[in-house]
Amino acid sequence: MSWLGPDGWTAVLLSLKVSFWAVFLSLPFSIAIAWILARKDFVGKQVVNGLVHLPLILPPVVTGYILLMILGRNAPVGAFLEQYLGIVVAFRWTGAAVAAAVMAFPLTVRAIRLAIEAVNPGLEDAASTLGASRVRVFFTITLPLIVPGIIAGVVMGFAKAMGEFGATITFVSAIPGRTQTLPSAIYGQLQVPGGEDLALRLVLVSVVVAMAALVVSEVVSRRVARRIAGQ
Amino acid sequence: MSFSVSIRHRMGGFSLDVAFDAPKGVTALFGRSGTGKTTVVNAVAGLLKPDAGYARIDDVTLFDQAAGIWLPVHKRRLGYVFQDARLFPHMTVEENLAYGAKAQRRDMSKAQKDRVIDLLGIGDLLARRPARLSGGEKQRVAIGRALLADPKLLLLDEPLAALDEARKAEILPFLERLRDDAQIPILYVSHSIAEVARLATTVVVLEGGRVARAGAMADVLSDPDAVSALGVRDAGAVLAAKLVAHHADGLSELTTCGGALLLPGVQAEIGIHMRVRIRAQDVILSRSAPQGLSALNVLKGKIVSMRQGAGPGVMVRIACADEHILARITRRSAVAMGLQNGDEIFAIIKSVSVAQGDVGG
Repeated sequence: MSWLGPDGWTAVLLSLKVSFWAVFLSLPFSIAIAWILARKDFVGKQVVNGLVHLPLILPPVVTGYILLMILGRNAPVGAFLEQYLGIVVAFRWTGAAVAAAVMAFPLTVRAIRLAIEAVNPGLEDAASTLGASRVRVFFTITLPLIVPGIIAGVVMGFAKAMGEFGATITFVSAIPGRTQTLPSAIYGQLQVPGGEDLALRLVLVSVVVAMAALVVSEVVSRRVARRIAGQ
Repeated sequence: MSFSVSIRHRMGGFSLDVAFDAPKGVTALFGRSGTGKTTVVNAVAGLLKPDAGYARIDDVTLFDQAAGIWLPVHKRRLGYVFQDARLFPHMTVEENLAYGAKAQRRDMSKAQKDRVIDLLGIGDLLARRPARLSGGEKQRVAIGRALLADPKLLLLDEPLAALDEARKAEILPFLERLRDDAQIPILYVSHSIAEVARLATTVVVLEGGRVARAGAMADVLSDPDAVSALGVRDAGAVLAAKLVAHHADGLSELTTCGGALLLPGVQAEIGIHMRVRIRAQDVILSRSAPQGLSALNVLKGKIVSMRQGAGPGVMVRIACADEHILARITRRSAVAMGLQNGDEIFAIIKSVSVAQGDVGG
């Protein structure tokens, strides 16, 4: 793609890859946390809720720095992961995925939580009385009914991941070809003379990807919702 | 098969202390709203944990707080039909019906499935989604779904309350068939005497979280002492009747213990046995067989008891054979007529005063 140039194109592909894995791997956790927040009452629920939402409120740079303090190669968890599992995330694309996942998490959880709260608990009770265990109730009743909410959450999370800048650049920097995502490529282009042209093209790509995600999710979740309602 | 329950529970300022047995057939848990009916049913189902008590089906203990036994909801083998049907919207009727068997990893026999589908008349609905069903159809499917879970006890929590009169009339015959077919105890929560009169074998009357009266349906409904708990306006005894003829003028003739009863067009086949509920306030009493009267129905019986209410009324219980009629008249009339226990008396009932919903199998 000469239109974007090799660096631009690499940044776009990297962002897609990072966002995909960020959302895909965090989804089971998003659903689990959303379910717990929607259906359970326990001591410290507000603390969990606060922690989940923290990345939404904190300056992204702070989130990135906290990640560095936890997952950096000299940080406790990061050192442990490297020594025993051979995993390094700092200054790698996987680190960008971790940063994107953390930043997208509250948005995904919120959308799914709202969907779970909209499911009539009476339906779950009815399923239990028919002999379904809690796990079965979740997979046969709750989960199918919240699919539109999950789609909405995934799309929102994906869009957030695609646009994530502050935490990513703090945690994994912006190494071209390795950790330079779409937003950091745009920022980078704006710092060099004559880079406005490529920056504008990358901005266009950003807008198109975001719009496409939104349209697809809208169509899919509407179709799924219709099917669930049986119309 | 028999079911027994005893529950003590406190909720806010309300305290529930209820114990009763439910033999085979329909046990109606009757009471106005806020008397704790649903709390009892939810405790039996395991959806609510009461402070104390137990519930047993034969020798299977569902819970026993004293012994620390609490069977989780999904292991209780109950069929629970909720007021609002609660069909799974993302499944077809057929999938809804099969849910219980699947959840219990059990094969549903085709014979059993066909029998339930036929009993409830839902064969044409199988491929539909709940959103495309009427209120009455939904409730029939919900009953079918509960039955096909192969329950040891069926709980029906006001299954007709959310429906209009026409839909109620549509479902009542199915419930009557269910009562006659089912081999398990059925606990039927209701605040409608008309439903209780048509369906129940046993009645447990709840008042303020306590059992006010319990016993065979015909005994409880014709008991003047139970009237205050049942509601004076709705009180009325139930007679067993047999449909013997449909007349050309639109009236149907039934035989009862006290003689023939003519009622407007009863929709049923000749020879069928039915229950007729006669409201106490629709009954006029006479010392002699009346002449020149527009009312068509005169039933003969003997006064067995009279109960003075708080107001100007008197409840008179009249025996005919081994059944009873309840009449509500003024104290002034009772005094003027010099009514005494043991007197022979004629109960006069206007044909049109017996509502359609009060006549049924």
